Amino acid sequence: MIRLEKRPNPSRLWTALTPVLAVVLTMLVGGIMFALLGKPPLEAIRTIFWDPLFHPQFAGYSRPQLLVKAGPLILIAIGLSVGFRAGIWNIGAEGQYIMGAVCGAAVGLAFYPADTWLLFPLMAIAGALGGWAWAMIPAFLKTRFGTNEILVSLMLVYVAENILASASAGWLRNPEGMGFPGSRNFKQWASVYNDELVINTGMHWGVVAAFIAVIAAYVLMARHIQGFNIRLTGEAPRAARFSGVSPARIIFLCLGISGALAGMAGLFEVTGPAGQISIDFNSGYGFTAIIVAFLGRLNPFGILLAGLLMALTYIGGELAQLMLGLPGASIQLFQGMLLFFLLATDVFTNYRVRLTGREVA
Amino acid sequence: MDPVLLVASIMVSATPILLAAIGEMVVEKSGVLNLGVEGMMIVGAVMGFAIAVSSGSPVLGFLGAAIASAVFSLAFGLLTQYLLSNQVATGLGLTLVGLGLSALIGSNYEGQRAPSLAKLDIPGLGDIPTLGPMLFAHDFVVYLSLALVAAVWAFLKYTRAGLILRAVGEDHESAHALGYKVVRVRMMAIAFGGACAGLGGAYVSLVRVPQWTEGMTAGAGWIALAIVVFASWRPLGVLIGAYLFGGVTVIQLNLQAAGTTVPVELLSMSPYLITIIVLVIISARGAHGAPGSLGRPFHAAS
Amino acid sequence: MKRRTLLASAAALSLAAGAGFAQDVPKIGFVYVGPVNDGGWSQHHHESAMKMKEHFGDAIELIEQESVPEGADAERVLTQMALSGADLIFTTSFGYMDPTINVAAKFPDVKFEHATGYKQAPNVSVYSARFYEGRAITGYLAGAMTKTNKIGYIASFPIPEVIRGINSSYIHAKKANPDVEIAVVWISTWFDPAKEADATQALLDQGADVVLAHTDSTAPLAVLEKAGAYGFGQAADMEEYKPEPRISSIIDDWAPYYIERVQAVIDGSWESVNTWDGIGAGMVGIGEFTGPIPDDVVATVTQMKEDIASGAYHPFTGPLNKQDGSAWLAEGEVADDGTLAGMSFYVEGVTGDIPN
Repeated sequence: MIRLEKRPNPSRLWTALTPVLAVVLTMLVGGIMFALLGKPPLEAIRTIFWDPLFHPQFAGYSRPQLLVKAGPLILIAIGLSVGFRAGIWNIGAEGQYIMGAVCGAAVGLAFYPADTWLLFPLMAIAGALGGWAWAMIPAFLKTRFGTNEILVSLMLVYVAENILASASAGWLRNPEGMGFPGSRNFKQWASVYNDELVINTGMHWGVVAAFIAVIAAYVLMARHIQGFNIRLTGEAPRAARFSGVSPARIIFLCLGISGALAGMAGLFEVTGPAGQISIDFNSGYGFTAIIVAFLGRLNPFGILLAGLLMALTYIGGELAQLMLGLPGASIQLFQGMLLFFLLATDVFTNYRVRLTGREVA
Repeated sequence: MDPVLLVASIMVSATPILLAAIGEMVVEKSGVLNLGVEGMMIVGAVMGFAIAVSSGSPVLGFLGAAIASAVFSLAFGLLTQYLLSNQVATGLGLTLVGLGLSALIGSNYEGQRAPSLAKLDIPGLGDIPTLGPMLFAHDFVVYLSLALVAAVWAFLKYTRAGLILRAVGEDHESAHALGYKVVRVRMMAIAFGGACAGLGGAYVSLVRVPQWTEGMTAGAGWIALAIVVFASWRPLGVLIGAYLFGGVTVIQLNLQAAGTTVPVELLSMSPYLITIIVLVIISARGAHGAPGSLGRPFHAAS
Repeated sequence: MKRRTLLASAAALSLAAGAGFAQDVPKIGFVYVGPVNDGGWSQHHHESAMKMKEHFGDAIELIEQESVPEGADAERVLTQMALSGADLIFTTSFGYMDPTINVAAKFPDVKFEHATGYKQAPNVSVYSARFYEGRAITGYLAGAMTKTNKIGYIASFPIPEVIRGINSSYIHAKKANPDVEIAVVWISTWFDPAKEADATQALLDQGADVVLAHTDSTAPLAVLEKAGAYGFGQAADMEEYKPEPRISSIIDDWAPYYIERVQAVIDGSWESVNTWDGIGAGMVGIGEFTGPIPDDVVATVTQMKEDIASGAYHPFTGPLNKQDGSAWLAEGEVADDGTLAGMSFYVEGVTGDIPN
């Protein structure tokens, strides 16, 4: 029988090795899948993992795009990871992302066509507040009534989507848009356009914020007393309470951080790469970020790498569709497999595999 | 508004989420949180449709959907129970894989029609004159879903196996100490949850719509998850929750069709808002009932 | 001599190599918002693209990308397509409008064609179909076929395209049946079969017996079939529901336009244009009339179709009032394209409010 034996400490070797192992396994099984679909497996895998970084024709463009795609994922995932460490399961980041974008954009559009550098920071704050406020609903309900935050935050995603639909077709609609849905395009409004800070790097304010969040989260979780309290609440709730940590404070703190970061990510996206509030500008970042948070094992630097890896599979997947005609669904399946293999191989990090003679139950 | 038609519509709309939710409730009662309901439903939807089309028998379709989704859910079981992966992440991964896989399987079945669905009605039941078309003119799956709720209730309350399942979910360490096979019980619960979600998915593709299109479950799995908590992990609560949600969805469309002046945005977000409000009321009353070991990994140390 | 042969074969070789790289044939790109087998909007653009490819064979290269979300992802996908050497790119959803304009500005040598938008550029054409012409036909049929005097309309989002459709349907339903009422259900999605099915059921439960859908799937027809009510194919002929419940259809036929525009690229005569074609140019097709439609109704709608095609009849011809009773079009007056393009009001007789 195979038996698992818990390691006293997570293995450092395996922590580094499992992502590599998972990627290799995904390539193998994914390759078989591509072959079954009648596509050249090696070429498909090269297109997904290699071409976005090194293809002579595309890489110049797609390398910076990795940052553009990964930025909001990392920013949201960092916020989520703080809550997940405390055992607070905010899976409604998508809603907070939408509300941040809507609030920030609404504040900006109220001043249209003002030409001042002050407006963009103001919008960023409004975006963060919008996401924060949306996350405060489950936080308040959880602390006041003990309502489950997983479901409230999830239900609020659907409510936010309805608000987004009414905003883009109604009260934020571009008055010069001939009645079509969608707000004014921020790309045509220089003072609030969240453009690349350095040309051809993909670095816009959202990416900068993501990097800052990674470092701040590291400092918070590893060096700060609140970070300790958060981890304690997650690992030993009872011990946390005995040592005087208020569970309500932790809930407000964690949901507040994740809501604000998701809201900011939404604002940066809508003023930058997406360009405008439209019926479905959100495209699922809030849900993908949950996967990124776990791929990164809730560790800030892990999340940074996981966000980039996820972005790579998206962009590589698009190239594979374009050049090899792979169906879009196969890319989705490929990403799911990657997550599965990472989760599966993770067992080696925390457990030692032993072969024993007989099952002991 | 004709109550007979309304009740019939609500039943059709509620059955898929009822099936998925009653399965998920059993899974959660055993202490496992499987967020992959949406993925299992969509796999059930495509497999049920594919099998019904190729065999010509919707009943075989439902059966196949249940088996396929149960097998699919075992991937989740393998990862979370044997390889001890995080249940939240694995569940999300299951949904991702399910959506991709179903789209690939289903690409050959787009635009096809599942044959002989009209024969789904159980002869006899629909003809009982006194109870009329309101309650007894449905297909067998509607009754199966109701029977399942009753069976799960009886199983958890009166059988020894049900007791073991609850014990495993409440405190897996103690259950293990008492000699129960925690992992085995949980694997069976997960497979049951998968089978139920598969039935629910097949109901969407074979009865409610009926056709196969990519991504057609469109979030029903998430609603099923909400209903389990809404129900405070009680079978009767699951039944009420599913019918309430199905009811609000159908009634808001009916209100629109009847030409009411209530703003459309408010109507279309009403099912979610009402779910939140009811969740708050239930939790404010202090009735939680969440299984003690829900979502926590179990590793037999000894 | 020997030296000559060597040169000649080298020339032949380089020619062959050139052909092998396929750089000489125009590369035509298509971007779709949904999966190419969604049964509706994206599938019809895809099928029209395949017809176009069939027409030209190896004279062109076709590249496609499905399920591209509108927004940031669209801009990246378009850029990658342009980088891959595409000569002409069709962006087949309204939400691609700004991304198309942005990417077109970066690639002045690449030509773009954006569907259903209103922003043009020197290398961006816009094209759309006058679906409201088709809705005049199906609206008339709905009015003629209803026995309950109530027809249903499943609407997605409150945009001019949808509002035009509701108005055109209602105006012509009323021509066939002065007592007709229209019930509109907004479902905030273009494509969600379960929701479309529920909405159809709700309309039936509220007494409608003919349902017009402005969403993409065949789910409404599947529900109508069970109920013995009538409906229409939308975007596609949906012939699998012939002869009932589908009694006619509005078909998006983009293929002639695609062939024409690709030919223009091959000929080097491509210019930015704004195309809004209807039944006359074949962009909007009317599917075969099936089921128990009375002969005189068939004759009327056939005539109506011909008159619309020839330009003798415009579906928005006065006298027409707005919903609040204020005058819009005088007797014999015809709506101008500007008003139609931005239509945001119901005509008199439609009940309910447009959301927002």
